[in-house]
Amino acid sequence: MAEFLQFLISGLTVGAVYALVALGFTLIYNASGVVNFAQGEFVMLGGMVTVFASAAGVPLVLAAFIAVVVAVVIGLLLHRLAIEPARGASAVTLIIITIGASILFRGIAAIIFDKQFHKLPGFTGETPIDILGAAVQPQSFWVLGGAAVVVVALYVFLEHTLLGKAVLATAANRLAARLVGINTTTIMALAFGGSAAIGAIAGILVTPITLTSYDVGTLLALKGFAAAMLGGMGNPVGAVVGGLLLGLLEAFGAGYLSSTYKDAFAFLVILIVLFVAPQGLFGRRVVERV
Amino acid sequence: MLEVENLRSAYGRIEVLKGVSLEVHAGEVVALVGANGAGKTTLLRALSGVQPMTGGEIRFKGQRIDRLAPHQRVELGITQSPEGRQVFGPLTVEDNLRLGAYRRRDKEIEQDRDRVFAMFPILAEKRHLLAGGLSGGQQQMLAIGRALMGRPKLLLLDEPSLGLSPLLVDQILDAIVSLRKDGITVLLVEQNASAALAIADRGYVLETGKVAYSGTGSSLLADPQVKAAYLGIE
Repeated sequence: MAEFLQFLISGLTVGAVYALVALGFTLIYNASGVVNFAQGEFVMLGGMVTVFASAAGVPLVLAAFIAVVVAVVIGLLLHRLAIEPARGASAVTLIIITIGASILFRGIAAIIFDKQFHKLPGFTGETPIDILGAAVQPQSFWVLGGAAVVVVALYVFLEHTLLGKAVLATAANRLAARLVGINTTTIMALAFGGSAAIGAIAGILVTPITLTSYDVGTLLALKGFAAAMLGGMGNPVGAVVGGLLLGLLEAFGAGYLSSTYKDAFAFLVILIVLFVAPQGLFGRRVVERV
Repeated sequence: MLEVENLRSAYGRIEVLKGVSLEVHAGEVVALVGANGAGKTTLLRALSGVQPMTGGEIRFKGQRIDRLAPHQRVELGITQSPEGRQVFGPLTVEDNLRLGAYRRRDKEIEQDRDRVFAMFPILAEKRHLLAGGLSGGQQQMLAIGRALMGRPKLLLLDEPSLGLSPLLVDQILDAIVSLRKDGITVLLVEQNASAALAIADRGYVLETGKVAYSGTGSSLLADPQVKAAYLGIE
């Protein structure tokens, strides 16, 4: 029981991070049809900038804030300098641009920062808390709580603000959105900035548990992509559920089967989803009558 | 109100509009008819700024607008109900209408929404349902209502009767006639040429990217060549 609980909590924790990465994918995909493979680099930036700012003596909260701002600026620049000029190019071209951007960001990070692993202290100490025999790091609660806050904030924004509905409208029908006067370029910029912020927050929350380095983004992007695919690309609820499921699958797989293959589960999920149900668990939310 | 001069537009290397010139005066209903592929939809999209132009000028109330972004043209009072009922499927009827007023900052948005509901009562009944679940005719009404929510001075309607039952076509045409009474200028694109010309003050017949005939609605309806080519009457 204690073992089960241990796997459950660590699965949910890492799953919450995947969920945030998947949400980042979803937001940009909905606004622009682009699958942004530089999403993982936002997570890396969140962690790395916080680490280096706080090492320079900046208080942790301020360092985290700076990290989010840096990621948002990079996200906006990515949109403005690389995606926007290629407007009208095919989806594959745009995806390749984001892969290129991801490699570029990683290279620059290796030069500006370094190639070492870095750690942040847990926000509220590191003494494990005993829950029915399972030893849980306090940071796990920060990850879960932080992810929940982000998800709820995003939900409220999309469902209850005019700007949020404009994002949904742009996702549903780009042409009609432009015809009612929605500036879809602004919406795309907003999506890139928002995704960058979400990614950076995920990176800050998880760094005390998993460490960070210049190249953590690649694997996180792939896992987040797997989670988004599992939930159904473009569906925010699917992204969250997909992320949590993938995290649990990894934790239980590593715990009960073999930890050697921990990272393989994500790729297994991508393959199974693509073969069996390419629309993912939640498919597309749109019900269209022709 | 609207002056289009020598407008050209192309999809890649295929030129669809080969120098179209037309005028719409304030308070008019102007019909734009023509066969499939004549460039009617392309013209309306160029007017709204969502289709790039390769040449020509568009003036609205004397002001050049062909360099303006789509949302700036909406702010000037040009809104469009696009071809094929392009509603926001995953959003509710009410949200669709609210987004029609996206660029407005005034306090009469709800009042205008109620006016749309009065015009199309079925939309009021389904206001909390997702637009994607509406029938074709209801989606068409929603698309028109959404365009009206922008408080247009010039309303562009692209094929509002496409695929609808005759009863619904009449209802939509009646609605267009009532818009004229409210002082809204309408540019109406239709394949159903006889119905469109019957309610229009003036009309233009577009043929492979050029204006082939123009005149009052009734004179076009009476023109033997137009009749033979577009109205299917001998």
